[in-house]
Amino acid sequence: MTPLVSIQQVSHGFGAGPVLQDVTLDLAPGSYTVLLGPSGSGKTTLLSVLGGFLTPERGRVLIGGQDCTALAPARRPTATVFQDYALFPHMSVGANVGFGLRMRGVGRAERDRAARAMLETVGLGEAFARKPHQLSGGQRQRVALARALLVEPAVLLLDEPLGALDLKLRRQMQDELKAIQRRVGTAFIHVTHDQEEAMALADHIVVMNRGRIEDEGTPERVYQRPRTRFTATFMGESSILPGRTAQGAITTAAGSFPAPPEATAVAVRPEHVALGGDIPATVIDVVFQGSYKRVTARVGDSDVLARVGAETPVAAGEAVRLAIDARHVIVLRD
Amino acid sequence: MSASVNRIGWASVSPALLWTLVFFAAPFAAMALVSLSPKGEDGWSLAAYGQFFTNPSYWRALTNSLEVTLAVTVLSVLLAYPFAWILAFLVPERWQRLALMLAVLPFWTSYVVRSYSWLLVLAEKGVINASLTSLGILGEPVQLANTRMATVTGFVHFFVMLLTLTIYANLKQLSPNYRKAAADLGASGLQSFVHVILPLTLPGIMVGAFLTFVLAIGDYITPQILGGNNELLMPQLIMMQIGRRGDFASASALSLILMAVVTVAYLVCARWLKIERT
Amino acid sequence: MRAAAYLYALAIYGFIFLPVAVLVLFSFQGTLFPIPPFNGPSLRWYAAVLSDARLTAGLVNSILVALLSSALATGLGFLAAWGFARFHLPGSALLRGIITLPLTVSYLIIGMGLLIFFNWIGFPKSLAAAGIGHVVINLPLCFAILYSQMGENQANIERAARDLGASEAKLLLLVTAPMMWPALFAAFFLSMTFSWDEFVISFLLTRFDTTLPVEIWNMLRAGLNPKTNAVGALVFGVSVVLAIVFELIAFRKRPQ
Repeated sequence: MTPLVSIQQVSHGFGAGPVLQDVTLDLAPGSYTVLLGPSGSGKTTLLSVLGGFLTPERGRVLIGGQDCTALAPARRPTATVFQDYALFPHMSVGANVGFGLRMRGVGRAERDRAARAMLETVGLGEAFARKPHQLSGGQRQRVALARALLVEPAVLLLDEPLGALDLKLRRQMQDELKAIQRRVGTAFIHVTHDQEEAMALADHIVVMNRGRIEDEGTPERVYQRPRTRFTATFMGESSILPGRTAQGAITTAAGSFPAPPEATAVAVRPEHVALGGDIPATVIDVVFQGSYKRVTARVGDSDVLARVGAETPVAAGEAVRLAIDARHVIVLRD
Repeated sequence: MSASVNRIGWASVSPALLWTLVFFAAPFAAMALVSLSPKGEDGWSLAAYGQFFTNPSYWRALTNSLEVTLAVTVLSVLLAYPFAWILAFLVPERWQRLALMLAVLPFWTSYVVRSYSWLLVLAEKGVINASLTSLGILGEPVQLANTRMATVTGFVHFFVMLLTLTIYANLKQLSPNYRKAAADLGASGLQSFVHVILPLTLPGIMVGAFLTFVLAIGDYITPQILGGNNELLMPQLIMMQIGRRGDFASASALSLILMAVVTVAYLVCARWLKIERT
Repeated sequence: MRAAAYLYALAIYGFIFLPVAVLVLFSFQGTLFPIPPFNGPSLRWYAAVLSDARLTAGLVNSILVALLSSALATGLGFLAAWGFARFHLPGSALLRGIITLPLTVSYLIIGMGLLIFFNWIGFPKSLAAAGIGHVVINLPLCFAILYSQMGENQANIERAARDLGASEAKLLLLVTAPMMWPALFAAFFLSMTFSWDEFVISFLLTRFDTTLPVEIWNMLRAGLNPKTNAVGALVFGVSVVLAIVFELIAFRKRPQ
């Protein structure tokens, strides 16, 4: 399948601190892509490059096969949902949603009809005549979505769209975003620093750090087999155990695991560590989390996190023995 | 709250209140009373106000003032808006503070001196006339000072600086995403300005325009220095009543009429001055 | 497009700086009139200004009036702002409105009212009378600035101080005022500049001993005169230095 979006060797902001370094990325039509990374990782800059608000110093951006690198935002088949929504406060919700059509010279009756229909799609049919400040945060978010979708972009860009909402509303809007995306079939590119949000929404996760792509793939792949140390720790929790390689295996404080010669450490997810094995450890801390206990144990010079059943009798200071599920150990090369 | 605590509250607010009552409210009342007992008459009368409607030169002072002030307000806004726009959006971010400081530097000259310095520029043998005649563009010096144009120029100079400051602040406090969103949805630069930026900055402009109107219509210095006595504006007429004629009744009546005009201007602008914001 | 915009900005800068540039240039004029052609540079008019007893007296008077009236306006404004912010006083909104009312009235009218009032009660024209007028125009400004800066956060700190046994006077002096220092400084400084520049009230309310703007005004009767340029340039220079100092102090800690 030909990619809908093709970012080719894009770099930006040389000198003091490069913002984007040699970023190359292909995205499929109709996909839900999440750009995930901490602040300063370049994810928002990459979104600006896609939206046309920033022309990269090097590299090309193709959308639908067309070179869009230096094309103005209005000329390219993208639309952006801004973090602060940027709803025009002096216009009604309907006028906001219909703004794009108005700029194209579409008559009032027709754009009002289209705006109403789009508001129905995002579940806000009754808000047409209201002003943005009369809406809740989640509702404004949906208006911004409707406004961007009404210009029928090939790619919809969302800059931390749920960032301004409280946690509960966030999880709820997450499901709605996904449902709306399935309904309209537009490719969504969504920027966030929240890995739970990323896993819940994405078909394709792109993990960014310091202006580079650290890893990309399906959420399952990126979580289970992260390619880098950064991804292993940023996407979910991991304990890192450094080791030495010899004869096709890496030896760490918690045992040996099969590994190629360039391996430097292994990462272990807490859910793959259990009590009752043969690795001697000292419990440092136990935190009761409701459905499980989070145990921090010291193995050699490293701390290993384990997730154990809520009823397991374990306390700080105890000597225990840990078991690590070797099938799920992540071998790190950096 | 207990009585003793409230007594502390009253003790702390009453000096300022008393000051305002004694040195603002009482003088104001005195002025109102004086305006009702015209010079050379016993008892109360509205004669001081009556002359305003019967004496055409009084009436003309008001229309002059209104014409000059409106011209000043409109011109200042029209000149300052694009300037503030350029400072806010075209000048690179790190130069903006300096550019803005420079733009309002002459603001810090004394007000009297600022008007005087325009006189240097506009006088019969001043900089403009001297340059134009020596270049052969003008055969003879033209009269620039002691005209309405001179008054308007002096005022516009001051208020362009003031409005540049307020409009710049207004433009900067808008989220840059408004412009981005408009552009993203297909608006041209002009459309983005007309449909989004202008409506969003209108409240700020109205506040600035109202301030300009109020300050300009009450100012004595600029018209007196630059406009001279060829045509009188209200503040000049008021000062003339005191200075030359010692007629406090007329001066008071004219002052109160001037205040009434400002109040009307406020009521006209009021719906813009407290527009809803999100 | 961009070039046209910068050209426009340049034209406005030209307009803004033209009179000031002419003022300063001809303050160095060597001959009797501040008009082209320029003969100079010469410092004779600066020497004339500095040896003019009336001008130097006006300068001292201006500084005195500005300092005292600003201190009084800031003090009264501070007390009132604190009182209204911390105590529930009946009719608070109306009373606050009364205090800020003079902001909406032009200086000319305030000056005239005071002139008539002082005439009535037999208070003579003097620097003190002008100073009273300056407090009238600056008090609402100081009050508005300080009232807007009296936050809940500071109220809690005051409660803590009271809890530790501070009297109200000590509280104001040792806790509230130091906490409000930036706002107090801003209010005082703004009052200073307004008082320093104020003409019409001083003109109406003083007689022989008067402030610098009135002395400069009196010089204007002599027509165009390089000495007036020299005074103007000096005032401009001092004001710019003060403005820069204010900028540095008031905005030093503000993140860019």
